[in-house]
Amino acid sequence: MSLLQAYKMAIKSIMNNKVRSFLTMLGVIIGVGSVITAVAFAKGSTKSITDQLSELGTELITVNISMRNSNRDVNYTDLEEFTEQNAELLAAMAPQVTGSVTLKNSDVTWSSSLIGTTEDYSKINKKGISSGRFLIDIDNTYRQKIVVLGSTIVKELYKGQNPIGKNIKINGNVFKIVGVMEETASSEKGSNDDRIFIPITTAQRLLKSSRINSYQFMATSAEVSELAGTTIENYLFKTYKSTDAYRVTNMSEMLDTLDSMTGTMMTVLGGIAAISLLVGGIGIMNIMLVSVSERTREIGIRMAIGAKRRNILLQFLIEALMVTGIGGILGIILGNLATFLIGKFDVVPSVYSVEWMVLAFGISLLVGVVFGLFPANKASKLKPIDALRYE
Amino acid sequence: MIRINELSKKYEMGDNVLYALDHLSIHIKEHEFVAIIGPSGSGKSTLMNIIGCLDSPSEGKYSLNNIEVSKFNGNELAEIRNFQIGFIFQGYNLVKKLTALENVELPLIYAGIHAKERHVRAKAALESVGLSERLHHMPSELSGGQQQRVAIARALVLDPPLLLADEPTGNLDSKSEVEILNIFKELNAKGNTIVVITHDDSVAKIANRIIRLKDGKLEQESEVIEDELTTSV
Ligand SMILES: Nc1ncnc2c1ncn2[C@@H]1O[C@H](COP(=O)(O)OP(=O)(O)O)[C@@H](O)[C@H]1O
Ligand SMILES: [Mg+2]
Repeated sequence: MSLLQAYKMAIKSIMNNKVRSFLTMLGVIIGVGSVITAVAFAKGSTKSITDQLSELGTELITVNISMRNSNRDVNYTDLEEFTEQNAELLAAMAPQVTGSVTLKNSDVTWSSSLIGTTEDYSKINKKGISSGRFLIDIDNTYRQKIVVLGSTIVKELYKGQNPIGKNIKINGNVFKIVGVMEETASSEKGSNDDRIFIPITTAQRLLKSSRINSYQFMATSAEVSELAGTTIENYLFKTYKSTDAYRVTNMSEMLDTLDSMTGTMMTVLGGIAAISLLVGGIGIMNIMLVSVSERTREIGIRMAIGAKRRNILLQFLIEALMVTGIGGILGIILGNLATFLIGKFDVVPSVYSVEWMVLAFGISLLVGVVFGLFPANKASKLKPIDALRYE
Repeated sequence: MIRINELSKKYEMGDNVLYALDHLSIHIKEHEFVAIIGPSGSGKSTLMNIIGCLDSPSEGKYSLNNIEVSKFNGNELAEIRNFQIGFIFQGYNLVKKLTALENVELPLIYAGIHAKERHVRAKAALESVGLSERLHHMPSELSGGQQQRVAIARALVLDPPLLLADEPTGNLDSKSEVEILNIFKELNAKGNTIVVITHDDSVAKIANRIIRLKDGKLEQESEVIEDELTTSV
């Protein structure tokens, strides 16, 4: 008896029992479908986080200064010099001071956050200007009272009209508006667009604090970003003599961490997948056992007219394989449909994972073999006369 | 062709041991048409199942074509059932979910014959039992006589030399019975060895030898019966 013939027999038997075959498949369909959906969800959410992070650039290195256990401080011109000396590793550097400020345009007031920085900030953060200009180095040299506004503030204080050239009061001091940032986030209160930028030297004076609490560096490429981070750490240690005084955060390292978190998530999902398919497999074994005892007479008839043990074994095994195989395919279709819907309704982006589809299908077939083998073996071991006498 | 020597089949039920066949010896030659008769429970079906390689004896020897059957393994027995023996049951034993043609194709499938030839041979077998109009009927759509003829076609399709029938007409009306007995007569004339179990005299009459069983033993010597028959005809 050929394999083709065994397949034909299996299809016939499945078609003869459509409802039961479908119910048998259900465990596998749901198992595979939910695995595919869960993987898509995990990959989708990782993707949206990764996308947000890499929007900032995988070359980004952030330095936070706490000055804990240290009473010395670097000043930003030293770091500018350091950056120039390490031009093969570092492409740009921007110091930052931050504070909360009250803005006023005629009678309207708005509280927002202020970032005092230098020209390179826009380059490092890949933030563009929608009109006017960003800060330039000369603004810092002359401690210019000029300001670049985030788009939210333009909406709130200028009703969306171009404010360039106008004056704005920041904590009671008059500043001239020279630029407006491109809109990035959803422009709500407290978002990345609810910010103003002024020269760092002006900011130190306005906030009455000369201390710079954070610096951003841009590595020349993602590949050297780890080395660049270490170089910065070594430089800072020379000044602070304590590793507690500063913290260097490397974006590509963060992405690595995220990757390993995704890996863990996938392992957990794999476990869930295994359990759900195991349950599906037990269901299949159960139904196959029922099917074997229901068809004992048929097995007896087949043996009486010449079926060998292996013919019977093959018939039931292939039937189990077909059931789980078809179930696996339906599960993959279901999972991909769910993945599509997740993306369509903007929950997380749709990520289709072919490897997981192949894996899930492979596991369904494996479940078919493992859980089909016992009933199939049981059927094939019957003695012809016992099978024929079975009522 | 069939040599049975001192053959017994025991069923042990608790402390009781039942001898369904009790040290039985029978020889059947090629081209014979043998009827086995005897009261219900006398061991006829048990004997037939052993001859048909569906069951194995508890003691004694059974050789088919001069080979001791107990020497065969499972696969070889399956091949004997496939090629050497056609078995016809009282209850037809058709696979209910397959059509007449598909039922007749089954032995050919297990014999490894491919689809085209299988189809031709199964059709021819069904035609030879007068069912060329019923190829695609399900067993449930056929009368008892027609179902039994499908079963005969299935038993004949690989042209086995030995045909075994266990009360083949037991469930049939007299018209169907006559039809089926005629098929057997023709087959025997063509050279098939036929063993039929019956408790019906009209069936026994067409046989050229009668074996009477009682309590798992021979009731009368077969030679004597054959003489009786020839004189009475
Ligand atoms: N599987 C079995 N278990 C126990 N006893 C059996 C079994 N099969 C047959 N018998 C017994 O063996 C005897 C012969 O049975 P059987 O060959 O079917 O008789 P017959 O076909 O002549 O009516 C009967 O007494 C029957 O009850
Ligand atoms: Mg009987």
